[in-house]
Amino acid sequence: MRYLPKSPIEREQMLAEIGAPTIDDLFAVIPAEHRLNRDLDVPRQHAESEIIDYFRAAGKKNSTGFASFLGAGAYRHYRPVIIDSLVQRGEFLTSYTPYQAEITQGTLQAIFEFQTMIAELTGMDVANASMYDGSTGAAEAVMMAVRVTGRHKAVVAATVHPEYREVLATYAKHQGLPTSLVGYELKTGRIDLTALEASVTQETAAVLVQSPNFFGVIEDIPAIAAIAHAKGALLIVSIAEAVSLGVVRPPVEADIVSLEAQSFGVALSYGGPFCGVLAVKEQFVRQMPGRLVGQTVDGSGYRGFVLTLSTREQHIRREKATSNICTNQALVALMATIFLSVYGKEGIGELAEHNLAKADYAAKTLSAQPGVKLRFTGAPRFNEFVLQTEEAPAQWSQRLLDAEIVGGIDLSRWYPELRNCTLWCATEIITREQIDAAAKALAAVPARA
Amino acid sequence: MASSEVLIPSNKKVRPHPTQNEALLFEKSSPGKRAYKLPPLDVPAVNAAALLGAAHRKTPGELPELSEIEIIRHFTRLSTWNYAIDLGMYPLGSCTMKYNPRVNELVARIEGLAEAHPYRPDSLAQGILEVIDLLQRCLIEITGMDAITLQPAAGAHGEFTGILLVRAWHESQGNPRKKILIPDSAHGTNPASAAICGYTVETLKSNAEGGIDLDALTRQVDEETAALMLTNPSTIGVFESQIAKIAEILHAKGALLYMDGANMNALVGKARPGDFGVDVMHLNLHKTFSTPHGGGGPGSGPVACKAFLEPFLPTPVLVQNENGAKGWNYDRPQSIGRVRAFYGNVGMFIRALAYILANGPDGLRQTTEDAVLNANYIRAKLEDFYDLPYRTPSMHEVVFSDKRQAVKGVKTGDIAKRLIDYGFHPYTVSFPMIVHGALMIEPTESESLEELDLFIDAMQAIAREVDETPELVKTAPHSTRVSRLDEVQAARKPILRWRPTK
Repeated sequence: MRYLPKSPIEREQMLAEIGAPTIDDLFAVIPAEHRLNRDLDVPRQHAESEIIDYFRAAGKKNSTGFASFLGAGAYRHYRPVIIDSLVQRGEFLTSYTPYQAEITQGTLQAIFEFQTMIAELTGMDVANASMYDGSTGAAEAVMMAVRVTGRHKAVVAATVHPEYREVLATYAKHQGLPTSLVGYELKTGRIDLTALEASVTQETAAVLVQSPNFFGVIEDIPAIAAIAHAKGALLIVSIAEAVSLGVVRPPVEADIVSLEAQSFGVALSYGGPFCGVLAVKEQFVRQMPGRLVGQTVDGSGYRGFVLTLSTREQHIRREKATSNICTNQALVALMATIFLSVYGKEGIGELAEHNLAKADYAAKTLSAQPGVKLRFTGAPRFNEFVLQTEEAPAQWSQRLLDAEIVGGIDLSRWYPELRNCTLWCATEIITREQIDAAAKALAAVPARA
Repeated sequence: MASSEVLIPSNKKVRPHPTQNEALLFEKSSPGKRAYKLPPLDVPAVNAAALLGAAHRKTPGELPELSEIEIIRHFTRLSTWNYAIDLGMYPLGSCTMKYNPRVNELVARIEGLAEAHPYRPDSLAQGILEVIDLLQRCLIEITGMDAITLQPAAGAHGEFTGILLVRAWHESQGNPRKKILIPDSAHGTNPASAAICGYTVETLKSNAEGGIDLDALTRQVDEETAALMLTNPSTIGVFESQIAKIAEILHAKGALLYMDGANMNALVGKARPGDFGVDVMHLNLHKTFSTPHGGGGPGSGPVACKAFLEPFLPTPVLVQNENGAKGWNYDRPQSIGRVRAFYGNVGMFIRALAYILANGPDGLRQTTEDAVLNANYIRAKLEDFYDLPYRTPSMHEVVFSDKRQAVKGVKTGDIAKRLIDYGFHPYTVSFPMIVHGALMIEPTESESLEELDLFIDAMQAIAREVDETPELVKTAPHSTRVSRLDEVQAARKPILRWRPTK
């Protein structure tokens, strides 16, 4: 086996040194009836070339080359080449969690830079070293708000990503943490502020909203914060489309921001690995889950970085920890850090404006087709929008697929009231030609027989 | 101040060599530099301020402004400050720091797989669904279980998922029960995971051999016990030879056996948890199945279970319809719900399957045998130098204690730091907690005899240094870019980010 660096003679020699006649003597402690005395029924050993062939064939079977208008929590942005050049350096790729600070300063400094960038972009004071993804990050943020406030209820906007809400429900169910859902305004697609005001009480630990929300609409964060804070609840803002922060005002009134950083240079990869991260106001840092890197000095006074405030974590606090999280998404956070270094202060804004322009053109062009209209109007959007069609999505989506275009996703799967409504996304990657082609295919309603 | 040091205006201590002195990105930034170029906009430009109104961002975040070569140099320089498997042996017990094959990285980046959107229609996702299906079938076979979910993002997330399955099953029997038993040798994630599932944690004291005390287990298991969370082989690298009896005691009271699969690298191809009474378990693809640790993640923590727990698996589950096409089934009324958006860390599934394909059944078994051989070789060569608290046979890792060295005032943490000077990453320090001053060594199968001997020489030399020059060990490391860092100051006055100077 090509990954194993020992010859048969060396194995014999080692067994002799140990004093074991055969390798199976080292497994004698496993009772005979539990030992596997046959080959595992898995595919035979493959050559490297065969492995590549297998996955290339799988990739081909997946169909490539389609124009895609899918977003909904997973966004296709251009990934600068140097991201993969750098994260594939063995020193990053094959290193462990930086518990031994003297020989992991590279990872530690990079995480410190990541924490800084995320804090800068979100308008919060501090960010952690990453969470699994945006969905679990949002759930952890709610549990954190429970610890901070000592209250045990949460109010959640219906415009938060439906799968994030499902994850929160899974976590909340066993925490004695009832959640109530607040609907949206039918005209704008924004959270219904009157309903929100009625739902938030003195028992509410947190209000969780998403902005841009699941419909791509930017929420009125100052107004939502005022409602939450008036009752002493914390405001958690979930951001699924991180590139929006280049042009959309950060939710500075929030107490906790739960960001999905996938848009910062992370491949779609059929939904993972992505990169969640929590950013908070300074006073809440000791209740924050996840790893944190801090700056310090070594014995000679040189600057260095260490994992810090670890008394919040499971390896010290066990069942009383702020979370059970251990492994996070370090290498993906490094991708995001490199992405943000490439675009920088000006570039992230320019990139976000390109998204705004493409989505604006796409929304106008597609909604101008016969039988198609924009579902939500009157509130600002970033790079996603909802279309309502006279035709059922199942009908036109096949026409688009025939033209190698994946149209918007059917919203009725989560929002039954939004019949014939689909969520579309246009990032900087999409071309005018592709938007025009989608418009043409949408308009090509077959004549009735 | 030594003559080799120079001062910069901010009065920070710096080294003369630029590669050793790389500043923060923000400190290197200069307005107007850029490392990107967007293509010309092919649609009309928009007035962002007008479109967004009050939601328009007026002040950009203070991100660094740099050119491409500076970014390459920055991260390349930082990378040289890291230790890595690619540089040498990384014997962190319980972390399984094995070789991360490069073909895994290549295939995970194949366009059709890396660029697949999670909501693309199933008809355009058959390739990736077949990859997921094959991995699921391989992992079910390797564990001897009946069903699996790949949704959990890491080991601890898998524990959470597995314990929720336990809870859902008990609820379906009419009583969720109240407590989870966890041995005192367990990873900290076990009690933390049980707690967020709404259970109280009851500690099970290990016996004199470091294993499960059957009498204590019998006493503590009752009708309110939901499950025992057991790491097998245990955190001291010992197989629980009474495992069938343990399962029997639990099952007799209606409690389940959860296995933490962190140490599966000792079992693959040699024994299957499903064959020795385990009801539910998690795997760590980033340990046993060679996906890279990446400085702390991403991981992947699949949960495998017996058939009676299958109805409770997270939604969605992968299914195959009559015409052979694969797709996701969301209609699972008894499911515990979702534990993560989408389907899990799919990029890690691709890498893990590439590893299984590269090995085949013979390679997987040989891998396990070599991992156990390496640990026992180290044990044989070091037991005259370090105290071995448990003499029970070792599997894939061996745990010593610093008892002999502590007499000289040298602790496991000091020996670990001194190991750095010999070119190795430290072993796991002070864990498991049942061993005072533990040195937990897991070589994995990836070490050659030559590398093992170098490590053994280093450990023996350090043992001699402890006798002759203990101060040398206590003040180690002496060869690194930074010496021991002030963790107390870091925690007392946390500096968790760079701040722009006004």
